Amino acid sequence: MKAIIDAVSHYNYFITFFLMVAGLYVVISRGNMIKKLIGLTLFQSSVYLLYVAPGKIIGGTAPIIDPAFKVYSNPLPHVLILTAIVVGVATLALGLALVVRINEAYGTIEEDEIFARDGEI
Amino acid sequence: MKAIEPHLPVLPVLIPLFGALFSAFFRRGASAWLVALVATWLAAAVSCWLLAKALATGMPISYQLGGWAVPWGIEYRVDVLNGFVGALVTTIGAVIMPYARRSVAHEIDQHVQAWFYTMYLLCMTGLLGITLTGDAFNVFVFLEVSSLSTYVLIAMGRHRRAVLAAYQYLIVGTIGATFYVIGIGLLYLVTGSLNLADISARLATAPPEFARPVVTALGFLTIGICLKLALFPLHVWLPNAYAYAPSVATVFLAATATKVAVYLLLRFFFTVFGAGIGLASVPIPELLFVFSIAAMFIASFSAAFENNAKRMLAYSSIAQIGYITLGIALANQSGLTGSIVHLLNHAIMKATLFMALGAVAFRLGVVQISDLAGLGRKMPVTMATFVVAGLGIIGVPGTAGFISKWHLALGALEKGMWPLVFAIVSSSLIALVYIGRVVEVAYFREPAAAANKAHDPPISMLAPMLLLAAATIWFGLDTRASVGIAAEGAKVLLGGLK
Repeated sequence: MKAIIDAVSHYNYFITFFLMVAGLYVVISRGNMIKKLIGLTLFQSSVYLLYVAPGKIIGGTAPIIDPAFKVYSNPLPHVLILTAIVVGVATLALGLALVVRINEAYGTIEEDEIFARDGEI
Repeated sequence: MKAIEPHLPVLPVLIPLFGALFSAFFRRGASAWLVALVATWLAAAVSCWLLAKALATGMPISYQLGGWAVPWGIEYRVDVLNGFVGALVTTIGAVIMPYARRSVAHEIDQHVQAWFYTMYLLCMTGLLGITLTGDAFNVFVFLEVSSLSTYVLIAMGRHRRAVLAAYQYLIVGTIGATFYVIGIGLLYLVTGSLNLADISARLATAPPEFARPVVTALGFLTIGICLKLALFPLHVWLPNAYAYAPSVATVFLAATATKVAVYLLLRFFFTVFGAGIGLASVPIPELLFVFSIAAMFIASFSAAFENNAKRMLAYSSIAQIGYITLGIALANQSGLTGSIVHLLNHAIMKATLFMALGAVAFRLGVVQISDLAGLGRKMPVTMATFVVAGLGIIGVPGTAGFISKWHLALGALEKGMWPLVFAIVSSSLIALVYIGRVVEVAYFREPAAAANKAHDPPISMLAPMLLLAAATIWFGLDTRASVGIAAEGAKVLLGGLK
């Protein structure tokens, strides 16, 4: 019983790691460059959850000091992830821009077709 | 001077950052080049000053960014080791600059030349940030600053494969960086800190039941960083990235980017996890031995069978990374000294080699080994620098490469692992094969019709090559500075955090 309660109370981590592995799998298994980027974004987003969830303290409130409250959530992981989200957006934007350029140069965004056109590199 | 000295640790990061901002305002490549020239030389001067100060004090120099107290605020923490890596990155970056103007003007479209210098400076900012900061999350931010600008630098190559190489590197690099963040996240959950020194102190006193997340974090961090430093078999992004990037970008990346990743690995292995819990159960050194030796041989063989000269040197880089990680796996004074001094020696030698190829591309626009035929007579100075640096890669006594391998071999003998000495020597023989192929083609074959009009590049491109080729010899004969600092750095690592 305790094992079940343990597992259920950590449900957020199960979701996090499912998304993480799913994203990584998409990156590895798909040959379409846009789909790869979607997988990559999923993978990165799961890490946001990994950081954000532990920052929440049950019963805690926003970290603004007030005599009425004793327990506060930890704002630091949230701030860190704000930075990580910006980085993720920049990476995705650059990745998409590269895919546009690849499409212009090769006329396709399927990896196997590109390799066929250029010879294996 | 008195006014800026307290802010010394952060200046090498700020100067290229603001240089990047300034150069982005310019339309003309020449103006942006001038900004980049000033910024890189200023950064190099400041970094060398910082290194001198770190050597003189013998203690880590701590700087609190924005005046926020450690460990809550971001700390810049400079000791001999990262001062050395910082000075290496900026000095190489500055030496390349005079070379860059002609080469970039030749290889990159007029309207994006200014952007090239902006990205170059941003990449340098990122690399220096990783090196000098003492904050784990700050490392990630700078890792992405350097990575994103690297992808752009690579994509500026002339061949359409350059964009493809940039995309592939983006995918792999982002996975690596994300692995790094996962590792840092797990460490943060265990220790509640992001300051590397503080994490290390808290890990030392962490209760044993936290061993599992700490070991998991170590795994994620190791793989993430090893993707960045292109440890075999995580190296697949590197050959194409180096082969199709513009010459100047290749020179800079080959000389500095992987070195900074190696520094990060050293920092985490020895400073952060050195005193950690439950690490005896993880066979990290054993794994590193296997992958290092595999890199030394397999990547060298790939280089020996490669026809594109830039890709050949890229494979050679992977093999040389193998030597560096071999020293990390040895984890004794001589081995680490060999690793750290090889950061410098390999940076000098590989920069020279790629610069020589860049000079050939400048005159002839080609980088196939067969196209180098007869260039020993047509471009005598260029090929001479190639041969000197090539001898260094092989590890001939009297060149810098020999010094690194000598210390690695000493480290192996101290551990009683004498077969490693044979591995080092025999993999050097493979280097003799691939460098020898180029020498044979360049000196003993008749030049092709296209190469008949080729001659050495202008003095602005020759001078940096000659300087670095001379440094290859210099650091092979007079090792007081290079090995002296590397030995100090190894002591810092082995002594844990002071």
